[in-house]
Amino acid sequence: MSENLIASSASKARTLSDAEVQEIEHEMELYPDKQAVGLEALKIVQKHQGWVSDESMQAISKFLEIPISDLESVATFFNLVYRQPVGENVILFCNSVSCWVMGCESIRSHINERLGVDFGETSEDGKFTFLPVPCLGDCDKAPVMMVGDDLHRNLTDGKIDEIISNYRSKKESMD
Amino acid sequence: MIAKPLTKNIDMTRPPLEISSYETSDGYQSIRNIAKGLTPADVLQQTKDSGLKGRGGAGFPTGLKWSFVPQGEDSEKQKYFVVNADEMEPGTFKDRLLMEGDPHLLIEGIIIGAFAIQADTAYIFLRGEYKTAERALKKAISEAYDKGYLGKDILGTGFNLDIIVHTSAGRYICGEETALLNALEGKRANPRSKPPFPQVSGLWGKPTIVNNVETVCNLPGIFTYGIDWYQSLTQGKDHGTKLFGISGKVKNPGCWELPLGITIRELLEEYGGGMRDGLELRGFLPGGGSTDFMLPEHLDTNLYYDDIAKAGSRLATGTMILLDNETCPVGMIGNLMRFFSHESCGFCTPCRDGLPWVVAIFDEFCKGQGTRKDLQILHEHVEYMGPGRTFCALAPGATAPLGSGLKYFAEDFEKLIKE
Repeated sequence: MSENLIASSASKARTLSDAEVQEIEHEMELYPDKQAVGLEALKIVQKHQGWVSDESMQAISKFLEIPISDLESVATFFNLVYRQPVGENVILFCNSVSCWVMGCESIRSHINERLGVDFGETSEDGKFTFLPVPCLGDCDKAPVMMVGDDLHRNLTDGKIDEIISNYRSKKESMD
Repeated sequence: MIAKPLTKNIDMTRPPLEISSYETSDGYQSIRNIAKGLTPADVLQQTKDSGLKGRGGAGFPTGLKWSFVPQGEDSEKQKYFVVNADEMEPGTFKDRLLMEGDPHLLIEGIIIGAFAIQADTAYIFLRGEYKTAERALKKAISEAYDKGYLGKDILGTGFNLDIIVHTSAGRYICGEETALLNALEGKRANPRSKPPFPQVSGLWGKPTIVNNVETVCNLPGIFTYGIDWYQSLTQGKDHGTKLFGISGKVKNPGCWELPLGITIRELLEEYGGGMRDGLELRGFLPGGGSTDFMLPEHLDTNLYYDDIAKAGSRLATGTMILLDNETCPVGMIGNLMRFFSHESCGFCTPCRDGLPWVVAIFDEFCKGQGTRKDLQILHEHVEYMGPGRTFCALAPGATAPLGSGLKYFAEDFEKLIKE
């Protein structure tokens, strides 16, 4: 059975898009070997696909000639590489010490109530994935969190409501 | 006379200076000074003489660190200069300011450091979440290439340098310099065994210097205004300015560039504005999450490396986190233990198994369900995970707030023991 699984997963490598290949090749110019590009490739694929599927893992492994086990040990180590699908917006919520002193636990509960998710979960509408993150380095403005690439500071329950509705309407207006 | 060499160009209400304005503000003058005839050995010696110590946490003399890189005809030709911009120490928010506020200062410093050790390639190891810093650095690097400060034969010196921004993807352990090198090589970021030290065998086995962002940002001033000026910035023991930060319940949390050696009281009261109304200071971590607690009785300590060490802690990153009288010290230390437990790379046993055990005990204490035996186990872990017992400094870092917290806030732990 295990042989079949290996065979079937090996055949599942997807084809990297031209944009992905181009960006990975650009990174290859910056490092002396292919292994060093592994993490960059994971991030590039994630930027285009939203997350890194088994099929993408296979594709990167083939393209860079990195054994899948080596690539997986890197992919599963770094918390900003997503090996599961995530929502349209990833909330990186700082729960380190300064934010904790400034009351981030009650903000976390508020997000939990508003979105119906806790750490590691994605809201039912697929709009938000809620993740904890190590100290975001903006401690004089704690509590803080990121949504996608944007940093939000001095969080209060009211601000959370505003941020959530902004991201919801932003998406709708784009549709 | 320039009093704030690190932040003189920083105004967060506008974008950072473009290269022409930066040059007008003495920018890249240090490179022109060096190009007039300083050798790499001169630059190394002057850095040693300046007394600059690393600003990343350990406080090791920068020039001395550089001097361990083998030089001469028979040394390895390929060398690397790496900037540790993976700021993730809990409560630390200084390198973000430098990179977002004045990216050219870091680039100028990298050119000096790379020249001193004769590295033709530099990597900035930047944490992935610092998107604004990434954009600012990439723009500044491209401007520096256009002006001939980067690339081939910089200002006619024959020295070549390329700077590459490497954006990482998380994990606190990447701030440990050998773990950082593994991450940069595309490997799992477990720390490496030392020796060999990176200065001899680092990135891809080549001699490598890893310096913190703020350390590197000290270099342009030293080579623009001179060592006498640099040493006149402070009153004594340590030299230069430092970014000091305060987070927690003060009236005016923030980050300021100040001379080393001012008192903690001055920082807290004059810059932080004192505690919020109705709150009292109970203790503080003086330099990030992996430093020992200090108490209000230590407020008149000078912010010199040795003085903070004598008070039982470390200056480390210089960004302090305050504990007020309405915040539970056990909860605060528990939060730190959860952080360190979560961020352990899992390679060595005391850290991988010790920290989760400590966290489980804190969970019981926070429910008021602690036992005397638990308290004893916590004390034992301060020793089991302490310096010399682990592969790197992560778990010993965790024992700093743990050990000092158990000592200073013993009554608070007692109250949470179920009788």
